[in-house]
Amino acid sequence: MYKILKRKVLHDGILQFTLEAPFIAKKAQPGQFVVLRVNEYGERIPLTIADFNREQGTIDIIFMVIGASTTMLAKLNEGDSILDLVGPLGKKTDIRPGMGTVVCIGGGIGVAPIYPIVRGMREAGNHVIAIMGAKNKDILILKDEMEKVADEVIVTTDDGSFGIKGFVTTALQQLIDKGVDISEVVAIGPVIMMKTVADTTRPYNIKTVVSLNPIMVDGTGMCGGCRVQVGDKIKFACVDGPEFDGHLVDFTNLMERQRMYRPQEAVEKDHICRLEKQVEAMEEK
Amino acid sequence: MALVMEKHKMPEQDPKVRAHNFNEVALGYTEELAVAEANRCLHCKVPHCRKGCPVEVDIPEFIAKIKEKDFVGADKKIKESNSLPAICGRVCPQENQCEKYCVMGIKGEAVGIGRLERFVADYCMKNDTEVIEKTVKEDMPKVAIVGSGPAGLACAGDLAKIGYQVTIFEALHTAGGVLSYGIPEFRLPKDDVVKPEIDNLRKIGVKIEVDAVIGKLFTIDDLMQEYNFSAVFVATGAGLPHFMNIPGENFNGVYSSNEFLTRCNLMKAYRFPEYATPIKVGKVVAVVGGGNVAMDSARTALRLGAEHVYIVYRRSEAELPARREEVEHAKEEGIDFRLLNNPVEILGDENGYVTGIRCIKMKLGEPDSSGRRRPVPIEGSEFDLAVDTVVIAIGQGPNPLVQSTTPDMEVNKRGNIVADEETCKTSKEGVFAGGDIVTGAATVILAMGAGKKAAKAIDEYLKEKFSK
Ligand SMILES: Cc1cc2nc3c(=O)[nH]c(=O)nc-3n(C[C@H](O)[C@H](O)[C@H](O)COP(=O)(O)OP(=O)(O)OC[C@H]3O[C@@H](n4cnc5c(N)ncnc54)[C@H](O)[C@@H]3O)c2cc1C
Ligand SMILES: Cc1cc2nc3c(=O)[nH]c(=O)nc-3n(C[C@H](O)[C@H](O)[C@H](O)COP(=O)(O)OP(=O)(O)OC[C@H]3O[C@@H](n4cnc5c(N)ncnc54)[C@H](O)[C@@H]3O)c2cc1C
Ligand code: SF4
Ligand code: SF4
Ligand code: FES
Ligand SMILES: [Mg+2]
Repeated sequence: MYKILKRKVLHDGILQFTLEAPFIAKKAQPGQFVVLRVNEYGERIPLTIADFNREQGTIDIIFMVIGASTTMLAKLNEGDSILDLVGPLGKKTDIRPGMGTVVCIGGGIGVAPIYPIVRGMREAGNHVIAIMGAKNKDILILKDEMEKVADEVIVTTDDGSFGIKGFVTTALQQLIDKGVDISEVVAIGPVIMMKTVADTTRPYNIKTVVSLNPIMVDGTGMCGGCRVQVGDKIKFACVDGPEFDGHLVDFTNLMERQRMYRPQEAVEKDHICRLEKQVEAMEEK
Repeated sequence: MALVMEKHKMPEQDPKVRAHNFNEVALGYTEELAVAEANRCLHCKVPHCRKGCPVEVDIPEFIAKIKEKDFVGADKKIKESNSLPAICGRVCPQENQCEKYCVMGIKGEAVGIGRLERFVADYCMKNDTEVIEKTVKEDMPKVAIVGSGPAGLACAGDLAKIGYQVTIFEALHTAGGVLSYGIPEFRLPKDDVVKPEIDNLRKIGVKIEVDAVIGKLFTIDDLMQEYNFSAVFVATGAGLPHFMNIPGENFNGVYSSNEFLTRCNLMKAYRFPEYATPIKVGKVVAVVGGGNVAMDSARTALRLGAEHVYIVYRRSEAELPARREEVEHAKEEGIDFRLLNNPVEILGDENGYVTGIRCIKMKLGEPDSSGRRRPVPIEGSEFDLAVDTVVIAIGQGPNPLVQSTTPDMEVNKRGNIVADEETCKTSKEGVFAGGDIVTGAATVILAMGAGKKAAKAIDEYLKEKFSK
């Protein structure tokens, strides 16, 4: 059992948990994730390690409530426990000194996993420009935290309610046009965003790393459900990744595979809603 | 008394009924049937049956106790050498093991050793006859076991009985390895058989740490240096699924058998949405392969509601590697065997979902290195089967997580750990390995045999080490 030490609502439907997990905290590196199971009936879901504190023996997760499992997770309170927590999984981000200027892009909930990478890149002595994208200023997360760890922070919003109006690629293109000597781009966010980032950098041959989020089960290379097409090879994202060369990834296939269980997910949401109503009805009586 | 030449049949669920539920297919002997079957055993002076059992169960002795209706005594006798008899009695390929050597098999049918073993274990479990005491001692050295499949469990049991402080580290959230995530409920019930046998190990003092991926959370060196384990037994199995490398394998609806069975068994997707893990089973399913894993996948698909299930296998019936009994069960339940067919492509629609599987017809040519006749494609014979789910069950390899983080442990070309056959010793001091991670995918009882050998060798190694 893994205790929730802190529960913070960052925005409607986006939560941050600090979990007691001393052994995972000891080994965690930027870019890695955990797989968790809320309770006996739960499925195994992967979430990025958004932060870790080796001294306190804690890791943080930041998640968006979108379906049954994240709904169940969000119901837990401080002091409650998660039944299973496995990690740290996946390869760590390739962070070295002397990389030069690195642009780290986080879109939507992708800002959470990019945060430890920004911090790690900076700690290794690189110049880090962080681009954070959101639909509007109300759902922008971790802005203050990001400003503490990046050399420069650029914010974009789809509706222009804050920062540059446009997408993260608008800001990226501006940097390229200004002649900033970018040695590497790391992008995490919705698949469509990672695809457009890779399309933006491709003509300039700028190395572009993306973090893929296919549907996973075990997270240890045992099921092959997380397979992604990278160049002419099939890779298992949980052990070979989750980070890959964005110029080689077949994003269309990834998006198709993410939609695999849409019909079942709809049934499940309905099931959860009905359960909630039953509980409410019982409480009223 | 005249010799009964045939084995007593074990009652089974009707194929028409069982094809739609996950309850156990074989129902087990009654007391009367068990005693009658036991009476077929000749109590041979030189019991050949024993040389077929990798864990050396004292077969004539435990059967003699059944004859006397001393079922508790029979259970004790078996457990002297086998801590998981309810499991082995169900899944050992007895026709190639103990029963293959039984003298009764020369003129008639071998004694139903597995069935008797199962009966005894079930009887004692049901009547809760066993008093289990903790054997682990606080002042004994610590041994780490990586992986909780049959190899790890057998090794843990034997070491704990000597008194060693044993901790099993398991990557998944449930112990048991393939017994829990692979072999389906209808052949090996989880709550009624696997869990109680594993709990017996906990009772003697074995610690099981689930959610612990060795190579990630701890390395082997961490375990030995930081956490003071004096020896390590690596039993991580054959968990890496093979794909065919044909076009279309990434379409939605193409599963590895590992994923398909894990979703269903370990995650209980057959009880979705009560259990949150989804599974997609269409109307028509093709399972590729001819081993036990393929049979299990096909029969699972049927129980999940598929209307038609094919087995697509590139050789002929005679070469099917699955147990005969499993093939018969599959046929009775209505699985459609398409033999001498090899998939060349998986077809899909514009949304990325599977719509069919393209196969080529094969014929048998000259024998290959395995002695089996090599299947060769018949040119121009391609045809399509319309299916909406494909399960690929063509084998598994070794997962590299432990090997890649233990640089001083020798690994062969295929990625299996190199270990001595008798002692399970690896090239790294204090580290032993056995089961599928060493041999490649094999059987439960061979893995248990390796676990027992390792336990013996680890005991000798530690005695030597601490006598200095
Ligand atoms: C390596 C990795 C890191 C991730 N990190 C984060 C993170 O830090 N924060 C965050 O909010 N989300 C993260 N995700 C996505 C997160 O796992 C899914 O949002 C979550 O599993 C949805 O579960 P659900 O039951 O609530 O929703 P559902 O309604 O079941 O699913 C909604 C969608 O989420 C995806 N999904 C469903 N099940 C899984 C699964 N088992 N594995 C992966 N994706 C799935 C599918 O595309 C699906 O359509 C990450 C995914 C991966 C692979
Ligand atoms: C579907 C199916 C049906 C089968 N049917 C039969 C049958 O009827 N009869 C029979 O005799 N055999 C059968 N087999 C084969 C048999 O199950 C295996 O040979 C046997 O389980 C091997 O045992 P093992 O202990 O070596 O490994 P496994 O049972 O594979 O167990 C290995 C364990 O190690 C864990 N692990 C792996 N890596 C790590 C790590 N890095 N850290 C921590 N833990 C780790 C795994 O999660 C797993 O729990 C079947 C196999 C399958 C897949
Ligand atoms: S353990 Fe398996 S091989 Fe040994 S006697 Fe029992 S059924 Fe036969
Ligand atoms: S060989 Fe057959 S008959 Fe003889 S002791 Fe063994 S089981 Fe009994
Ligand atoms: S999640 Fe199962 S292999 Fe990656
Ligand atoms: Mg879900």
